[in-house]
Amino acid sequence: MKTTPAIDARRLSCGYRGEPVLKDLSFAVNRGDFFILIGPNGSGKTTLMKSLAGILGATGDLKVLGRPVADYSRKALARHIAFVPQQLPVDFPFSVREVVLMGRAPHQGILGLETLADLAAADRVMAITDIAQLADRRLNCLSGGELQRVFIAKALCQEPEIILLDEPTAFLDLAHQIQVMDLLENLKEEKGITIIMVCHDLNLAAMYGDRLLLMRAGEILSMGTPNEVLTFPTLEAAYGCVLLTEKSPLGDFPRVTTIPGRLLPPLNLSGMRPTGPRRPRRS
Amino acid sequence: METSQVLRRIVWVSVPLILLLLAFGLIGISVGSSRLSMLDAAAALFRGGGEDSVVAGIVWRIRLPRVILGALVGSTLSLGGLVFQALLRNPLAEPYILGISGGSAVGAIIGILLGFSRIPGVCLMAFSGSMAVLAMVLFMGASGIRLKNDALLLSGVMINAFCSSIITFLISLSQDARIHNILFWLMGDLSLPDLSQAGVLLLIVLPCFLVIFRLSNVMNLLLMGKEAAQTMGVNTTRATLILLVSTSLMVSATVSYCGLLGFVGLVMPHLLRLVLGPDHRVLVPACVLGGGAYMILCDIFARVLPAQGEMPTGVITAMIGAPLFIYLLKRSRG
Repeated sequence: MKTTPAIDARRLSCGYRGEPVLKDLSFAVNRGDFFILIGPNGSGKTTLMKSLAGILGATGDLKVLGRPVADYSRKALARHIAFVPQQLPVDFPFSVREVVLMGRAPHQGILGLETLADLAAADRVMAITDIAQLADRRLNCLSGGELQRVFIAKALCQEPEIILLDEPTAFLDLAHQIQVMDLLENLKEEKGITIIMVCHDLNLAAMYGDRLLLMRAGEILSMGTPNEVLTFPTLEAAYGCVLLTEKSPLGDFPRVTTIPGRLLPPLNLSGMRPTGPRRPRRS
Repeated sequence: METSQVLRRIVWVSVPLILLLLAFGLIGISVGSSRLSMLDAAAALFRGGGEDSVVAGIVWRIRLPRVILGALVGSTLSLGGLVFQALLRNPLAEPYILGISGGSAVGAIIGILLGFSRIPGVCLMAFSGSMAVLAMVLFMGASGIRLKNDALLLSGVMINAFCSSIITFLISLSQDARIHNILFWLMGDLSLPDLSQAGVLLLIVLPCFLVIFRLSNVMNLLLMGKEAAQTMGVNTTRATLILLVSTSLMVSATVSYCGLLGFVGLVMPHLLRLVLGPDHRVLVPACVLGGGAYMILCDIFARVLPAQGEMPTGVITAMIGAPLFIYLLKRSRG
């Protein structure tokens, strides 16, 4: 049983209003992997995440933990896969504990009345994510890094085998990026949870990823270890800019450096689609 | 298993609200054009409706139906406001402001003019009117279920203007002797012929209350966004549909009994959310009880304030609710 992959996708396709966004993707994610999706804006990373999470219907075969995704009810799927979207609304002032407890919903009855076991689970994941001291704070009084850890704690509370994250480090400063990535790395190491995330920072992807999947225009351009994927010709083809790749001084993975003013002239934008509205960067 | 904290909170919140509801109810029964002492009113209430005295007649045939109707209407509209605010993730949403009440009123008037009986004819017409408006509101926000404030308010204003012009049009066409009654009803009228009518209304709205309470935790999850709710195991389309239909049903039922009472769905949900926090498992029962108490209070004001004849209760609810609405609008822009 342990040998079945966490995610097994064959000829996965998906589109919005007839326009294909994912074109016949086939790939597998092994259990306990730190799997990172990279690629330029509009290449279909978020769409792929959403189809893996069961939010967007995709054609093709998608197996989760060895079973076709259609065999799961929504609630059953939520007990195996948790999803941390790019942003969650904070305009309703729930407390941190209340939000984390929402993660118990797939294990609860209809009213979501929490048992002692649920409360214990919430305390446990708040300790793991280092937000126990924030338990009674309101969501709208937290910083970006704290919020991200709350949402990861909520996902953990679902007790999933797989956690999907859409750019969890996007709006964080350097220290908080490392903090979130270390947290995910720990979950992988200690709990054997499969981590699948979208990341725009190639160096973070190189440092933490076991395997990377590089997308361009809805297709897989390259897949494999950081050393296999993050090569100069592949990245140039994907992003359309000149990059410097070298061995990182920190270990056996590449380091990618961008070069100012060196876009490749025939940058073909026709294959790209604008992505949805994003939260503006905090000033 | 220990009792859940949520359950305990629901009880702790409900008990004082029930007491408040009963207290306001008793005051509501004792005030009016002929003033009774609260003791007399309570005594008449306990001796039963069969007794043949003036006091018992007033209490059982006039005041009690009115108080019960007021409580049901207040509960329904407050809960309706709560549900719409959660589903549209918009603090300004409310059945009257969205135009749902207006749509029900058009349906109800058509039913009245066609000579239908209140149950089921007028009620069903009101329900279809409210569903038509709801479909329009959702169609205008088709990009998602979240409507921006401006779009929501504008569409509500336009729908209400459209509905009231249709109502005026229908009334001017008809040579009906009941026009005065209809106009009064439009302003929000809580006078009710008898207790059995209140019982029928209860039979319609109570199942809706229960359905909404059952989905109260789903409403919490929906506040995290549709996609997040789905990945927490919620069938969002089904839950949203059930919530919208049951809310429209109960709102249109109350509209066909007592016309348009505006802004009721703003006051209680906001007040209670301020005190109790955003958990809908607590807010739903609190809104039912608190909304009922609030409406009885508004109706007491409508009856004790000096007026030529009688003051429609809708005047009071709008005088309290509209300034709150303006304040909320200002704050949400700030």
